Parts: sequence; structure tokens; C-alpha cells
Amino acid sequence: MRNAAAIVVLFAAVVGLQAVEAQRAPLGLPQGATGNMLYVRSAAFMKRAALSYDALVADAYWIRTVQHYGGTKIANAAGSGATGKQYDLLYPLLDLTTSLDPYFDVAYRFGAVFLAEPYPAGAGRTDQAIALLRKGLRTQPQKWQLAEDIGFVNYWWVHDYTQAAEWFNRAGDMPDSPNWLKPLAAVTLAQGGNRASSRRLWTEIRDHSDYDWLKNQARFRLSQLDAMDEIDILTRAVDTYRARAGAPPRNWLDLVRAGLLRGIPVDPERHVLQLDPQTGKVTLAPDSPLNPLPDPERPA
Amino acid sequence: MRTVRLIAVNVFKESVRDKILYNLVIFAVLMISTSYLIGQLTAGQDVKIIKDLGLASISIFGLLIAVFIGIGLVWKEVEKRSIYTLLSKPIRRGEFVVGKYFGLVLTLVINVTVMTLAFYAVVGYMGWAAPESVRAAWPSPAADPAMLKAVVLIMIELMLVTAIALFFSTFSTPFLSAMLTAGLWVIGHFNDDLRNLGSYVDSPAAVWLGKALYYVLPNFAAFDVKAQAVYGQPVPMGYVGLTALYGLTYVALVLVGAVTIFSRRDFK
Repeated sequence: MRNAAAIVVLFAAVVGLQAVEAQRAPLGLPQGATGNMLYVRSAAFMKRAALSYDALVADAYWIRTVQHYGGTKIANAAGSGATGKQYDLLYPLLDLTTSLDPYFDVAYRFGAVFLAEPYPAGAGRTDQAIALLRKGLRTQPQKWQLAEDIGFVNYWWVHDYTQAAEWFNRAGDMPDSPNWLKPLAAVTLAQGGNRASSRRLWTEIRDHSDYDWLKNQARFRLSQLDAMDEIDILTRAVDTYRARAGAPPRNWLDLVRAGLLRGIPVDPERHVLQLDPQTGKVTLAPDSPLNPLPDPERPA
Repeated sequence: MRTVRLIAVNVFKESVRDKILYNLVIFAVLMISTSYLIGQLTAGQDVKIIKDLGLASISIFGLLIAVFIGIGLVWKEVEKRSIYTLLSKPIRRGEFVVGKYFGLVLTLVINVTVMTLAFYAVVGYMGWAAPESVRAAWPSPAADPAMLKAVVLIMIELMLVTAIALFFSTFSTPFLSAMLTAGLWVIGHFNDDLRNLGSYVDSPAAVWLGKALYYVLPNFAAFDVKAQAVYGQPVPMGYVGLTALYGLTYVALVLVGAVTIFSRRDFK
């Protein structure tokens, strides 16, 4: 009976002390430090150390990759990039994952997006993204999805349309590749960087990708393109109003009253678009999830 | 033969009394909780990770049982002095060792079978619950029967580990037996390095020794087809058959060694 009482008291003390610990402010780290360490960077050593469980260790590294990317991205989004958190472990983690399990397709494909996305949403390392995908192609030379992804990185982030078209073409030559890759290569080469070819690329990914995460990325990019089209139309309406009235509209109601708009314009995510009464510039609402839009001067 | 069966059944009953089968509950909880959590922790590849985890867990749980029960099989009887009572009965020493071995193998077979059923139930459910578009991205069906080839080879590997643990247990202490068994198991995963030692060292004697060890030591790496099973890569029946034959032959060799050593031991 006394032992049971002691167990209850000690258990309550442990939980209580943990509750007190939880109230304490976390110990600080220097600005920019992630607090993460990668103790083993050698894939060759890790492959040996994992004995016959290399696929399971690869899974653990993949989960850590996703946590590192997601955690850094969320921290940067919360601090608008001011936290200075870096994706410094992203490539080493992806390299370990894919060395331990060379057939881990998702690690190549999602990893390339994590690496290529510009900072602070991603590491902004298109060179590493392409290197990772090329590593995948060395293991699986006929994997058209990896070649397509190299074309995609070149198209969307490097803006090298010649390279993009070449890789779309190579992907189209691979066994079991879909028939839309060759036309996509031709369109990319002829009109690379314009909004129509971007729309075509994202539509193909949305309609044909095997992975929900990539489909969602494509839906997001298509919504951004819709918003950009909408902003172009509204900008023309503002210009027409300015030509008629001699000054930019003060708000959307001015355009509605002038018969240039049917109602208050919203973006595809249902956020009201912003109109600058001084300059007449049309932009997304600051809290719209579609921010930031791609540079209108670059491929849209 | 009847004596061997009686000893084997007794070892199995003892393992049930020792609550060895509780590991099945841990395995089931691990599989079910992981299948729920993994979707929250990672982007895509839930089924691949569950398959990796399931097959690795079957192997690890089995290894722990094979090593930690195997090393005490004979030693415990000697330590408790019950060996005197046993050997005073019409039981040959060889029957005693082989009976002990098959008792633990029976425990392992039941463990592995139940874990495999639980594993297939979890991946089968994941396959059933996933939409068609998600399933299309998987390299092989969730409950791919071809994974049974990996399970069969894991079982043969466990039988070999059990034989090695029992072998050491016939003349050594449990601690030393565990160390030696684990050491052989680890070295057995570096067999390719032993064969290719010439790439790392210049000494012809070392290269020759490496090649000799490659042929002599148990090649545990050969039993590992987990990655191929998970990715739906072909594992020819010829490979499974030859590897199983290699494993069973090695088991026979180690058991004969164990019986020989145990037969010569003086318990006076």
C-alpha cells in the first residue's frame, strides 16, 4: 500500500516537473542556426552501418527530410523570412535517403521541388535539384518522370527553355512515357516562358501526375496563373477608366459604377484583389495564399 | 524422433510461459500506430514505408528471439542442473540439442506467421482504403503476395541465427554466445566486402584470407530481398530456392557441430 502511494506521488511529481519544464522558454540558439545536426554524412558508411535495413533507414531519413523542409518553411513563413532559417541539411539528407534506397522515387521528385523552390519557400538550389534528379536517372535511366522533372526545373526555376525542351524530349523518348511530352517540348522551345505554355505544363502535371502532392502543387500554380490573367484584365479596365476620367479609380466601386466591372473582383482563392488608388496598380490581397505571384517578366 | 518432438514442444511451451509471444502485441501496436502516424509525418510513400517497417520488424523481432532465447537453450539446463535429470533418461544428447533447436524454430515460425498475417492485414487495409489514383502510383500492390518470398528468406535466416546461437550455447556463457552470434551476423552482412578485399588492400595473403572467409562464413546478405519485395522487383524462385538450400545446409552443418561439442561435454 505504501509502495502504491509512493508510485502515485512520484508519478505525479514527474508529470508536474515536466509541466513546469514545458512553461520555460526554450533555450536560445544563434540567429540562423537550425539546431539540427547530421551526424553521419557519408552515404557509403551509412549503407554499411544499416546492415540489411538500409531501406528502413532511408525511410527514417526521408521523414527527417520532410520534417526539416516543412519545419524550416513554416518558420520562415511565420517570420516572413526574417528568421533566417536555412535548408542547410536538405541536400545531405536527400543524398543519404537516395543512396540508401536508390529507387526512392518520391525522394528524387519531391526533393527536387524542395531544393529548387526559391528561398524562403525552398532552398533555391536548382543546381542541387538537377543533380539529385540526374542521380536518380543513373539508377533508373528509363524513368521518364525524372527526365520530365529536370525539364520542369529548367523551365520553371532556371528559365532555360532550350534545356527544358531537350529534357521533355528525352523524357518523351523513354519507354511508357505519355504522348503529351513531345508536343510539350515543341511548345516550350517555340514559346518558352509565356503564360500559355506554362498553363499547358501545369495542366498536364495536374491531370497526369501520380502523386497528390504534385497535383496540388499544379492546382496552386494554375490558380496563380488565373489570378495573373485576372489582374491583367483588371489593369486594362483601370487604364480605360483612367483614360476616361483622367485619374485612376479610388476603389473598385468606381469601376462598377462606370460599367467596367460587374462586381468586386476576387482571386481564385476568394480574396478581394487590391487596387492602389494612387497608381492604379492591381495586386493580390496581402493575406491571399496565392502570394507571391511569379515574376510577370519571367515565365508565368 | 518422438523424443525430439517432445523436447521441441516443451521448448515452445516454455517460451509461451516466458511470455515471448507478447512481442506479437508490440508488433501489432507498432504496425497499426505507424500506419496511422506515417501519413502525418511524410509526404507520399506511406505504403512503401509501412512495408519496409513491417518486413524489418518481422526480421528484428525474430532476431531478438533467436539470439536471446537461443543462447540460453542449453546453458539454462546446465546452470539449473536439470541436464543431469534429462540425460539420465533415455535421451541421446543429439536428440536433446536438435529438440531444443526445433522448439525454438517452432516458436519463431508461429511468431513470424502471426506477424506476417498482421502485416498483410495492415497493408491490405491501406490498399483497400487508398483511392485508385493513389494506388496507380505504387510500384506494386499493397498486399503483394510476392513479399512472402522475403518473409520465407527472413525465416531461413532466423533458423540459421538460431542454430548459431544454440551452437555457441553448447560450450559458452550466454553473454559470450550473444556477442559471438551477433558478431557473425554482422560479419555475414559484409560478405561482399570480404570477397572484394583486393580492392582495398594490397596484401595477397589478406586478399586470400578475405576470399576464404567469404566462402566459409554465413552469407546473411543473401537472405535480404526486402527492398526487391517492396518495389515489386522480380525475385526468381530459383534464387529463393538456392538461398533456402544454402541456409538449411548451413543450419545442418552448425547443428552437427553443436551436437558433436555437446556430446563430448563432461557434466560430472
